[in-house]
Amino acid sequence: MPPHSTQAPQDPLVIVGNGMASHRLLEALLRQPARPARITVIGEEPTPAYNRILLSPLLAGELERDTLTLRSAEWYAEQGIELILGERVTEIDRQAQRLTTDAGRHLAYGRLVLATGSRPALPSLPGIRLAGVHAFRDLNDAATLSDCASRGGSAVVIGGGLLGLEAAEGLRKRGMAVTLLQRAEHLMNRQLDATAAGLLEQELVGRGLEVITGARLAALEDDGQGRVAAVCLEGGRRLPTDCVVVAIGIAPNVEPGRAAGLAVDRAIRVDGYLTTSDPAIFALGECCQFEQHTYGLVEPIWRQVEVLAAHLAGEAVGGYAERPSATRLKVSGVSLYAFGPTEPGEEHEVLAYHDPDQGDYRRLLLREGPLEGAVLYGDTAPGPWYFAQALAGRDLTPCRPALLLGAADADALLDASLDASLDASPKPEDSPTQTRPEKEAA
Amino acid sequence: MRHISTTCPYCGVGCGVRATLADGQLTAVAGDADHPANYGRLCVKGSALHETLGEQGRLMRPRVDGREVAWATALDAVAERLAATRREHGKEAVAAYLSGQLLTEDYYVANKLFKGFIGTPHLDTNSRLCMASAVAAHRRAFGADAVPCSYEDLEEAELVVLVGSNLAWNHPVLYQRLKVAKTRNPLMRVVVIDPRVTDSCEIADLYLGLRPGSDARLFNGLLAWMADRGRLDALYLARHTRGLDAALAAAREDDVSLAAVAADCDLDPERLETFYYWFASQLHVVTPFSQGINQSSSGTDKGNAIINCHLAGGKLGLPGAGPFSITGQPNAMGGREVGGLANQLAAHMDYDSPGAIDRVTRFWSTPSLTPSLPEAPGHKAVDLFEAIERGEIHALWIMATNPAVSLPRADRVRAALEQCPLVIVSECVADTDLLAYADIVLPASSWSEKDGTVTNSERRISRQRGLLPPPGEARHDWWIICEVARRLGYGEAFAYAHPAEIFDEHARLSGFENLPGTPGERLFDISGLAWLDRAAYDALAPIQWPVTAAAPRGTARLFEEGRFATPDGLARLVPVRPRGPEQALCAARPLRLNTGRIRDQWHTMTRTARSPRLMNHRPEPFIEVAPADAAAWGVSDQQLARLRGAGGDYVGRVRLAKGQRRGEVFVPMHWNDRFSGAALAGRLLAAHLDPLSGQPEAKQGAVALAPLAIAWEATLLVAPDLAGEADWREEAAYWARIPLAHCQRWQLAGTPESADRDWLAWVTRHLPAATLWLEDPSGGRLRAAGIEAGRLRWWLMVGPPGELPGLAWLDERFAEAARDEALDGARRRRLLAGGDAGAADSGPVVCSCHQVGRSTIVTAIRDGDASIEALGARLACGTQCGSCVPELKALIEESSAA
Repeated sequence: MPPHSTQAPQDPLVIVGNGMASHRLLEALLRQPARPARITVIGEEPTPAYNRILLSPLLAGELERDTLTLRSAEWYAEQGIELILGERVTEIDRQAQRLTTDAGRHLAYGRLVLATGSRPALPSLPGIRLAGVHAFRDLNDAATLSDCASRGGSAVVIGGGLLGLEAAEGLRKRGMAVTLLQRAEHLMNRQLDATAAGLLEQELVGRGLEVITGARLAALEDDGQGRVAAVCLEGGRRLPTDCVVVAIGIAPNVEPGRAAGLAVDRAIRVDGYLTTSDPAIFALGECCQFEQHTYGLVEPIWRQVEVLAAHLAGEAVGGYAERPSATRLKVSGVSLYAFGPTEPGEEHEVLAYHDPDQGDYRRLLLREGPLEGAVLYGDTAPGPWYFAQALAGRDLTPCRPALLLGAADADALLDASLDASLDASPKPEDSPTQTRPEKEAA
Repeated sequence: MRHISTTCPYCGVGCGVRATLADGQLTAVAGDADHPANYGRLCVKGSALHETLGEQGRLMRPRVDGREVAWATALDAVAERLAATRREHGKEAVAAYLSGQLLTEDYYVANKLFKGFIGTPHLDTNSRLCMASAVAAHRRAFGADAVPCSYEDLEEAELVVLVGSNLAWNHPVLYQRLKVAKTRNPLMRVVVIDPRVTDSCEIADLYLGLRPGSDARLFNGLLAWMADRGRLDALYLARHTRGLDAALAAAREDDVSLAAVAADCDLDPERLETFYYWFASQLHVVTPFSQGINQSSSGTDKGNAIINCHLAGGKLGLPGAGPFSITGQPNAMGGREVGGLANQLAAHMDYDSPGAIDRVTRFWSTPSLTPSLPEAPGHKAVDLFEAIERGEIHALWIMATNPAVSLPRADRVRAALEQCPLVIVSECVADTDLLAYADIVLPASSWSEKDGTVTNSERRISRQRGLLPPPGEARHDWWIICEVARRLGYGEAFAYAHPAEIFDEHARLSGFENLPGTPGERLFDISGLAWLDRAAYDALAPIQWPVTAAAPRGTARLFEEGRFATPDGLARLVPVRPRGPEQALCAARPLRLNTGRIRDQWHTMTRTARSPRLMNHRPEPFIEVAPADAAAWGVSDQQLARLRGAGGDYVGRVRLAKGQRRGEVFVPMHWNDRFSGAALAGRLLAAHLDPLSGQPEAKQGAVALAPLAIAWEATLLVAPDLAGEADWREEAAYWARIPLAHCQRWQLAGTPESADRDWLAWVTRHLPAATLWLEDPSGGRLRAAGIEAGRLRWWLMVGPPGELPGLAWLDERFAEAARDEALDGARRRRLLAGGDAGAADSGPVVCSCHQVGRSTIVTAIRDGDASIEALGARLACGTQCGSCVPELKALIEESSAA
């Protein structure tokens, strides 16, 4: 695929899915000078795209439903975008460039974008289909859980990752007695090291959440009427509950791409221009797989959107490339910021800051100068600066003494070392590779 | 609020101080605009006087054999044990070692008791270390220990030759006066003769960086040069002097060609001749000299080599002319006047002065007491301690000085003190290296409490006034001495009720049988100040001796008539045969060691270390090394290094100093075991003395330099109440204690064996547990802090001290803790950084008076304020005492060159 498509935009453009990725793609396309003239969006949920990240505060009762709305149906109409809601695509006929929905609708496409997202992954567990077992994925789930919460009682949340924590904290705030089950030995094991996870657990337990790590699920117990009554762990422990929330991860929605014969691995395979094995079909976001990567956080998806929008509009654009991304979490006052490997390897030098009483923790992994990973708990203000340094691959040796202290301290040392190296270099023209920063008027 | 005039207790300039008292506290000090020594100026040390007071750390109660006792018990013990010593071992088994920190009245009664009534000649003073050579040179040349000049002569001179004197740092107010005079008189020239380029070179027209110890050769060469070119003052020589021929002949025993002298002194011949020409062709020459001349095994000869040139050129007894010994201590001159040196008797009378013993005996006699004066001089300082070592002296009373720090071969001195059966120490500070050796400890009053007189370098007697009562049970030295005298049965001769009575007796003795033209005539005569009543004494205005009926308003300049204090009235040119340092360089000790003072410290730091802003200038013991030598000896700037000398080791931080000659190093004389593990300059020196003055050769040691093998460095700040045990010292290869205003800073370094230390566990052993910490184990760094109930208790940084933040911010956190204020959350997050986010660290302090940091200054220079005046206008730096002006200039040069 050439980086710059010479073909004229081919209408109509059809986008399957109306989640956050789909919405952002539309916004990006509208900003293009040559947006595709005809755009159709098909969404499975009955409402237009909303901000899924805000489901947790919604559940916790901290936000109103309206706050989540990104764009109204009228907006789609005003922009000349055909919006079809509440219908699921059941078949893609690549030969005919045509798709079919569960409502029997047929749509022809010139180009097709699959932005079908993901669904909650469910463990294969006896009783997983019982009533009272919920996911926490969409507005519908939030409404259901909100109903549960308003009845009080107890809840068990399965999964100590980002989503599970937020669901648990949301329910606890709504007055439920919540137990959080985490299979791994510590919370958020994909993002946090043991120390930060320990601080987080200590904080959440302090607020009244029960946390069980290293939890091995045995079964969900039926109350005899098809409703969940308890969660049973291996070893015999039984946790009676009114409601179970499953938040162990997500499974990309690869149907109907797989059925249409697109190359699918864990998700729909795409190249740097988000193109699937069919050049007329693109995939974006949680349903796609680029190289070995699948997606769950917005940051890389937003970059995919930029590439795809430009590409669809015929703009010259560099292909999508994988970059590390940072995790931010805010559970009612607990700030976390993390990127890179969670646990140090042999090759890493570890720098850490601890203030357990105040609940501040910071751990950096250096690899021969540049920063490769960071975990910040509590005071996360310097997080973005660390992340930028890591992305730039900057050698941080000169500011190492101040690296844990924050951006201003570290920058001062970096500037000083830069000044020193400039002073030491004989003449600027003798060292063409040296980049001299623009100096302010001295 | 009251204002009282008094005199600064630091250097020999003797500046007048206006002290402000409010609510029984000394709240501020300022220069006394009416005092002729300083006319309102004060240096950085003087300006901080009120910061160095306070009861903390003061000695409050007498102690006998380690137990606190009542005064009566202590005084009884002193008297009984001194009497027993004299009874069992003879009167010469008793000795005293005094100090230029004592007031003249204290000095007078001590001298009277020991020499007159106990009958021992062994009473010497630490002035031996500072100006004994000048005393001996004066006596040989003038027939009396008389400094010819006044400070005004410095201002009236056309040529000022600073020899072995870093006036800028050690006598800052005189330096300021000289500097102002030089701006007013564009024709005035200043020559600096010193092996080191010091801050005094800032105003030098010519700098001669001579080989250490070659001063006598240089001045002998000058004498011969003047003679060869007809530049001698034949008339003056003929009328007022003797000894030219012998002095010239002695000088000519060496090759006195310019080339030969220049080679011996390691100087450029043209520069040398320029100096010779300037000196020879100018009548109004003042040659201030200090320890660079005096602290030598041939210091007396060096002094005479200088005086010879002044006599030969008739450059003496005139305004703006004369050799000018500038003394180190506030009352070194007063001590000389009462006879406080072991070779003196009293009031400028010596053992060999005809009739002196008889005269003093008659003067000190009372109706029922007759003193029994010794027949011959006693042991001088270093000899005194050797006599103790030999077991000849069994009792030693030390007042207001710390020979365990200040004498050469300090460890030998300590061993001597250890074996001396009776050591009595009168002291005002509770924690000194010396007190460990004392059997009896007597708490003495200190500056601001003491009441009496001092004499400065220009013979000016000034009142040091008592402003505050002594703390606890501390007493005045004169009172303590008199009480002991009374218990020894000499009460009648020591029945003084007030220092005024002692001063009166001292003044009368100076005039006793002292008539011009009679055999007993002495130059030191303050009989004009005798019979002052207490009110007149209290109101005594600064006045220069002699003060007689003929000169009731004092005498600004001596020898104006060309008549000297010798029997024939003629001055003597003394033959001088230059001798090199006794401490020879060898393969084991290849480097020449120089020692000296630094700008912001005084002596053994008991007072000045209490002022954080004074500690700021040079917080740690250091070794100045020429950059070219550093590489050769494997040391680098700011690295810790070890000097190995004759009597022991010294560990300090290397400072690369461009002003240092190759092959030579410099260390400060101030640090001692209270402030660092091994930074006693006196340990490096061998005890070689001037044969005439007994002054030790402290400026020309021989040492080896090597890096200190350390694996870690750490900085620990602790709240004052945690500083007590300080047992972390024992685990450190190097330590230095640096008092800050609200905490104590400890700088520590360790050997590779202790490198793998688990620092958090280490902390737990010594301090309350760490509450927050950061670690970079592979980088060898750690910072940690202990907070208890929201109050900062300690702060630790393991890593190179170059990474330290400015400590003022942290010190303020300790201040908050002391005020029982809790640390706020944002500050807590910045605690290990040691500063508020984004707040620029102002860097190490350059201007102590206004606490202006280096970074602030550099920023201002880069912003265009690239002159001393502009910086002063913007930041106020350099506008008070001016002692940082040379550093400011250097910063301006560096920053403009960058």
